Amino acid sequence: MSLDRRAFLGVAGLSALAVAGTRSLDALTRRGRAEGASEARAATRWAMVVDPGKCRKDDGCTGCIAACDRAHNVPHFSERAHEVKWIWREPFDRAFPDHGGSLPEDAARSQSVPVLCNHCDNPPCVRVCPVQATWKRADGIVMMDYHRCIGCRYCMAACPYGARSFNWLDPRPRIKEPNPEFPTRTKGVVEKCNFCEERLALGRPPACVEACTEGALVFGNLKDPRSEVRRLLRSRHALRRKPELGTGPNVYYLV
Amino acid sequence: MNDRGLILGGLLLFVGLITLPVWYNVAAGTPSRPPELKLPAQGKDPFGTAEYMRASHMSLLVAWRDEVVRGGERTVVGRDGKTYAKSLTRTCMDCHSSRAEFCDRCHGYTSARVSCWDCHADRRLAEGSAR
Repeated sequence: MSLDRRAFLGVAGLSALAVAGTRSLDALTRRGRAEGASEARAATRWAMVVDPGKCRKDDGCTGCIAACDRAHNVPHFSERAHEVKWIWREPFDRAFPDHGGSLPEDAARSQSVPVLCNHCDNPPCVRVCPVQATWKRADGIVMMDYHRCIGCRYCMAACPYGARSFNWLDPRPRIKEPNPEFPTRTKGVVEKCNFCEERLALGRPPACVEACTEGALVFGNLKDPRSEVRRLLRSRHALRRKPELGTGPNVYYLV
Repeated sequence: MNDRGLILGGLLLFVGLITLPVWYNVAAGTPSRPPELKLPAQGKDPFGTAEYMRASHMSLLVAWRDEVVRGGERTVVGRDGKTYAKSLTRTCMDCHSSRAEFCDRCHGYTSARVSCWDCHADRRLAEGSAR
């Protein structure tokens, strides 16, 4: 078969056009969508709004903390080095080091706020985990797989909120009321708040939110404009912890 | 080869001594027996034949674990068409109710140590101790 120069260029040009055409068709249809693109459009983004004004912490109320500890078999160590925390109370000026005045009589300084894992949009703990024992779900929850954790504690070093705790000792003997419905952890793994994903899967709110009789903790879907969290954030000014770090925390504190 | 008797006799004595535990068990009538499992009253095998489960229960559990924890897929449809939660402490142990009389029998016999119970509670034991 003989092919002159003109015919060869014609065939080559048509082939290139066909390849480019299928590529652009792919890009426009479902088949060509980049992997993970659907995650970016997930319909759910779990978040929490804390109203410190409603919190009865001054009366010594620890309802949310006790409910969480019961639900998740969180052990109690009195030694600070062994402490395991999922949700706890932090003095305002430690939770928000860049807010509030420097005067000791500043009203905010005497306050404490409930703090927990912020389930960041850009979680530094996830970036540093060498074994992907912690990762970000499509609905925004920063999950832990305790089976996979090797206890290197990189995530604890990376987390700017101190939201992660390490089990230096066997936690089982230090659990007040064991809950057989939720696994305990073992010596040598890191643990943290999971936004009660096991309860969300059953359509129930997080244990701390359910336990708070004052309604100081509100949980909901940030992607839903009609959700309670969105309504609160529309109507009132809210702080997030250390937003300047770019982690994109998803726990909001109403001012 | 003047020491033939001594050498052979020594060898026989050595073999006899080293196999003493075997002879002891034969003489005492306690030969090794495979583990006896306490099986549930109604056999359904919703996730595979007994043969499959014997060989591959660990793969099934690991697959369930990854699907639940990492994929959020919490239920499975069994061979009987019913929907089950992918749960060791609930689904499996609802029927195989005794860890000591089921899991531990084989694992003890084969000296296969599992770490499941380091975190997951043997619910009946936990409930028993709570009472």
